[in-house]
Amino acid sequence: MAVKVIELKCIGCGKCVRVCPFDAINMVDKKAKINDKCTACGQCIEACPVDAIEKEENKYRAGGVNVDEYRGVWVFAEQRDKELLNVSIELVGEGRKIADELKVPLTAVLLGKDIDNLAEKLVKYGADEVLYGDHELLDVYTTDGYTSVIYDLIKERKPEIMLIGATNIGRDLGPRISARVHTGLTADCTKLDVDLENRRLMQTRPAFGGNLMATIICPDHRPQMSTVRPGVMEKAKYDEKRQGNIIKFIPELKDSDIRAKVVEVVKGGKAEVQLEDSKIIVSGGRGLGNPEGFKLIEDLAKKLGGVVGASRATVDAGWIEHGHQVGQTGKTVRPSLYIACGISGAIQHLAGMQESKVIVAINKDKDAPIFKIADYGIIGDVYEILPLLIESLDNVDDIVEALNRG
Amino acid sequence: MDFNLTKAQQMVRNVMKEFTEKEVKPIAAEIDETERFPIETVEKMAKYNMLGIPFPVEYGGAGGDELSYAIAVEELSKACGTTGVICSAHTSLGCWPIYKYGTEEQKQKYLIPLAKGEHLGAFGLTEPNAGTDAAGQQTTAILDGDNYILNGSKIFITNGGQSDTYIIFAMTDKSKGTRGISAFIVEKDFPGFSIGKIEEKMGIRASATAELIFQNCKVPKENLLGKEGEGFKIAMSTLDGGRIGIAAQALGIASGALDETVKYIKERQQFGRSISKFQGLQWMVADMATEIDAARLLVYRAAYNKANNLPYSKEAAMAKLFAAQCAMNVTTKCVQLFGGYGYTKDYPIERMMRDAKITEIYEGTSQVQQMVISAAVLK
Amino acid sequence: MNIIVCIKQVPDTNEVRIDPVRGTLIREGVPSIINPDDRNALEEALKIKDKMENVKVIVLSMGPPQADVALRETLAMGADEAILLSDRAFAGSDTWATSTALAAGIKKIGDYSIIFCGRQAIDGDTAQVGPQIAEHLNLPQITYVEELKIEGDKVIAKRALEDGHFVVESKMPVLLTAIKELNEPRYPSIKGIYNAYSSDNVKVLSAKDVEADFDNLGLNGSPTQVNKSFTPPGRSGEGEILQGSGREAVESLVLRLKEKHLI
Repeated sequence: MAVKVIELKCIGCGKCVRVCPFDAINMVDKKAKINDKCTACGQCIEACPVDAIEKEENKYRAGGVNVDEYRGVWVFAEQRDKELLNVSIELVGEGRKIADELKVPLTAVLLGKDIDNLAEKLVKYGADEVLYGDHELLDVYTTDGYTSVIYDLIKERKPEIMLIGATNIGRDLGPRISARVHTGLTADCTKLDVDLENRRLMQTRPAFGGNLMATIICPDHRPQMSTVRPGVMEKAKYDEKRQGNIIKFIPELKDSDIRAKVVEVVKGGKAEVQLEDSKIIVSGGRGLGNPEGFKLIEDLAKKLGGVVGASRATVDAGWIEHGHQVGQTGKTVRPSLYIACGISGAIQHLAGMQESKVIVAINKDKDAPIFKIADYGIIGDVYEILPLLIESLDNVDDIVEALNRG
Repeated sequence: MDFNLTKAQQMVRNVMKEFTEKEVKPIAAEIDETERFPIETVEKMAKYNMLGIPFPVEYGGAGGDELSYAIAVEELSKACGTTGVICSAHTSLGCWPIYKYGTEEQKQKYLIPLAKGEHLGAFGLTEPNAGTDAAGQQTTAILDGDNYILNGSKIFITNGGQSDTYIIFAMTDKSKGTRGISAFIVEKDFPGFSIGKIEEKMGIRASATAELIFQNCKVPKENLLGKEGEGFKIAMSTLDGGRIGIAAQALGIASGALDETVKYIKERQQFGRSISKFQGLQWMVADMATEIDAARLLVYRAAYNKANNLPYSKEAAMAKLFAAQCAMNVTTKCVQLFGGYGYTKDYPIERMMRDAKITEIYEGTSQVQQMVISAAVLK
Repeated sequence: MNIIVCIKQVPDTNEVRIDPVRGTLIREGVPSIINPDDRNALEEALKIKDKMENVKVIVLSMGPPQADVALRETLAMGADEAILLSDRAFAGSDTWATSTALAAGIKKIGDYSIIFCGRQAIDGDTAQVGPQIAEHLNLPQITYVEELKIEGDKVIAKRALEDGHFVVESKMPVLLTAIKELNEPRYPSIKGIYNAYSSDNVKVLSAKDVEADFDNLGLNGSPTQVNKSFTPPGRSGEGEILQGSGREAVESLVLRLKEKHLI
């Protein structure tokens, strides 16, 4: 067990039982007992008023390596259709900061076919070095192709950190590589820090449906791997004058190495909602009462030049497509203005939008948690307020003038 | 004494909850408004063996018990009283008499498709002049060679017109009074059998309630259920069990209404705070919750007794009497707590109040239940 | 043909609330459910079983003894067999250690054409265990499957991307992960529930039973560890509730948004 109760100290107050998110502590004879459900998350350690719970450090871990042999920060620069994804540029930005702290070079790993221009771009964005694997079979992503090339690079060059965008492809690739290398991978990170003393990456991610944040470390295995949520980190700045080293190589790959083959690439199909890039988002929640409510949301969004977001409840109910979902299992957004309509503000929703600059909440329940984080709140029925708001946007100047005069 | 459901019963509850939430609730208002019989829900219930819960697997049933059946009706009725009664009338009144009194041939031919839900069942006892006084049957059945010839009509028959198989009661010997009543299994396509008037009702509006007409209707001799003259006994024992189903329906309606109301009064603001913060309303909620729980214990006890071959006639009557009163009482109070909105069709609560009323009337009025109970107490 | 479906019993995180006073999770009354994506994986396996001859669906899970109920539910939905890997040695596993244990369980079962997992579990949202199992077993993988066909010894899958999809083909055996778009899971049938509880077809196996490599199990076998966990810092807005009638409140809002140059 990783978390241990010191029985002599335990006063049986039960605080640990109440805070445990996993139902992993029982009270037996007025002493806390930790059961198999424990994930060593440490909530109980902080809650215990008498320091009767402590974490046991593990002495030995299978597959651990000499971490001093590993140096350098890598980011996987995902491209689709010979274009870099935004998240790749965000990773270069974040990777740059980490590399500077650790005083090591930043390397971007780029795989594809005939994309020398992207390698150049990565340098301009801040990579010191680009490992550019050029091959027909890397033009379109395959698990087998990408894993095998990146695995060989890691074995040969031993980076200490590798960041991958948490896209549908990054989340296919990351775990496969980490399992082949035998190292830890932390999914969907929203914050990365460095513990300089131990050269450890402190990887913070939401857990338990966004109800909990956890900081994960990978002490004995290298590289320390994270997938990083798109839209969370700031993009690197493009600097035409930057110089770097592009190492182009042609990996040895045969058609037969690829077991799961991509036979067709289809773009679109579902119109992707550009939530992450939008300055204004108007979101609807369960409080709309029915799918038709989204028409009103759309009207307001259109009027404001924004896009439509949605809570998980409405997506689960089939009122609107998943692409609109904001929150823990949807998109993370940080627009200038976020208008939440009929959204109560479940923690998992807040996780995806609380970085917005200005939050407006409209809800008829004055106790809705959304009001706690909103800059402006209106307590009222969305069906009354939204039409008024849409109408007011047509004569903003008159209203401002009238109110200022009054 | 053990108040815990078995693990299987707990899972039945969870599945019924999810099924009701996803399949039943979304259409409840629409089918009430349009009086449309929800045939698609019946098909889905059949698929998951929800129409033969207490019957053995070899007869097409789910191999469950009376308590899980009551739980199923309760959960369905939380969102839609109509769906609850379709399941209840089919199971308790349509299937059970064949399971209990049918010959092996009758079970093979009729019970299996019924319990599988491929066929729907109904029960025809009530006549224009024989309601509570079921002994006043006017429908006659005369043996003629290999067939009984039925003449007469039945009214207020639940699932009437939608069912494939009907349990019909008729006089084979008028001189013997109740001992002259016999029961028959009648298929919807038997010559001389037709559906008359479909009732327009105050509540459970999407449930089919029909008149059945028999004009020289030919019923093969082998479709006699039990023996000649056993009809009254069959009818009464069937209704004993049916009451558990209706009591569960009433319980479900009450319980569903309280759930809706709790949600509403927490949200609704008056005088600057949620109306659930007012003590007068809190007291009403406390009384309703207590009454519902008491009803639940009565219903589950009756179901438990039936499942375990213990006497259940009085227990079922008590459960139905109390649960029906509870449904009426609770839904009336819930409409009150919703205020003006409760009186509109914007919320389900007025429908629940309309649906509740019938539980005090059918399968024995509350007064009949009192007769059954007092007869048992005073014997 | 055997299809092995890996499932996880999870707390329904949708039902989790935060105690507004203490700032801690309110766990009471949060039901345990089969992870939603795993239900889609199971449904697809059952659909294959419905369509093809001689298909056996085996459900595999790792968890505490209480996960029994989740496995019974899969039997009630139509799975043929269920296996629960349960051992104190598994406690505290990260995705590496979990996938190691599940891979050992799969090897023990031996004969399989498809391993089906849900894309990710709602209590962790990592989406890692599926691909890591595939790596341990050296199988091809197709993740984010939203449509599936079987043709001879091959599977052809539509795998979802943010902006479209790939059509991916692979020979079996293969590991697939399912997303919600793949299908609409069936309910357990009432008959299935009673069957599931009357027969003893949930097998419980220990780490030893599946000959798992103890060095790679549980907390000691996990490369990652939780350094600390905390409830997310609440953002505090200025929290101004705009007063007055609907129209007045809307007008104050418009004024404030205008001042901040947001409209």
